[in-house]
Amino acid sequence: MASEAQSEGGLAFHPLQQFEVHPLFGEGPIHWYTITNSTVWLLLVAVLVVAIFVLGSAGRKLVPSRIQSIGELGYDFVHNMVVDVTGEEGAKYFPIVLTLFLTIALSNMLGLLPGSFAPTSHIAVTAVLGFGVFLFVTLLGFYKHGFHFLGMFWMSSAPLFLRPVIALIELISYFVRPVSHSIRLAGNIMAGHAVIKVFAAFAPLVLISGFGLVVTPLSIVAITAIYALEVVVAIIQAYVFTILTCVYLRDALHPGGH
Amino acid sequence: MTATTTPEAATEVAHEAAAAGMPQLDPSHFANQIFWLVVTLVVIFFVLKLIALPRIGGTLANRKGMILNDLAAAEEFKQKALSAEKAYNDALAQARAEAGKIVAQTKAEIQQDLNAAIAKADTQIAAKAAESAQRIDEIRAGAQEAINEVAKDTAKELVAALGGSADARSITAAVTARMKG
Repeated sequence: MASEAQSEGGLAFHPLQQFEVHPLFGEGPIHWYTITNSTVWLLLVAVLVVAIFVLGSAGRKLVPSRIQSIGELGYDFVHNMVVDVTGEEGAKYFPIVLTLFLTIALSNMLGLLPGSFAPTSHIAVTAVLGFGVFLFVTLLGFYKHGFHFLGMFWMSSAPLFLRPVIALIELISYFVRPVSHSIRLAGNIMAGHAVIKVFAAFAPLVLISGFGLVVTPLSIVAITAIYALEVVVAIIQAYVFTILTCVYLRDALHPGGH
Repeated sequence: MTATTTPEAATEVAHEAAAAGMPQLDPSHFANQIFWLVVTLVVIFFVLKLIALPRIGGTLANRKGMILNDLAAAEEFKQKALSAEKAYNDALAQARAEAGKIVAQTKAEIQQDLNAAIAKADTQIAAKAAESAQRIDEIRAGAQEAINEVAKDTAKELVAALGGSADARSITAAVTARMKG
């Protein structure tokens, strides 16, 4: 594939190369403990969380400093989301939800730095998050309500003969949740990054041919526009993932929608 | 690549497929990604749960309490200001009423004094007038006598001048009779 790309007038199209995981130190197989580029960017997320939420809040100022107010903004934002969606008793799960939100949002944002790596563009990462939420919420539902939790699938307000059909559909949609939950995130992040890379591949055309006089400025404008869109997507996808987590949590806390 | 029955060979095939396509589908680094993701999540979770969230929550609650306190204090001060204003107005109204009362009282006293002075002056004037009237009467009586005297004398002189002689008594009686007439 690489040779095909090279033959195309000298432009290099490797839109997916940025997603490759490789060991940071030396060559060789990737063991479970190997430190890779993905590892570094994930750990940077943790470092950023510590910087904003621990070091930033250390002053405990009544009138917050800048970094402190970022932390308080994030705290308030996610806390309100959890309480609004799940009610007061959902506030217990606020640290988990905030962990998810910060991991995804910061990883998305760090992934937008040129030359960086977005862990959330990998289905392996988002699937752990998505299925993790799914398992947690399902176990929580059974723990809180026992087998009454299954009443969520049995619409007592529907006509009796429709109930088994609805139950089947609800059951399927319940099990599709983690799949859509994780693929939505990885797909969005990956697609945006790949599109930027495709436009970037067109940018050096001016060095090769006269068409470049038109194509190069266009591709640069397109990269800028897509980048702006990706900044929005990075936050929105983190928000979507988080609020869906809250919705699933509400279903576990109050099956049957009350 | 002919023998794909062993798991290693299958993984190898998948690896090559991923290398040609999406790196995301290469399972050879799944374990690595999952492990480090879990590490990151655990680190972030405990950092938040044990250090950051209690601290930020405390700061926010503190600030909220401070704002509520300040608002309550402001409300209290406002009430105090209102009651002070009311007290001021009350005192003002009371002072005004007091002043009005004093004015009325003073006016009444002055009126009383005035009335007394007028009455006193009236009596004095009346006394003076009576005295004067008496004096006038005296003077008038005095004048009458003098006229009688002059008339008698004149009549006596006239009679003497006309050559008659008359005793003083008859002249006096005649003059008196004339004067009365």
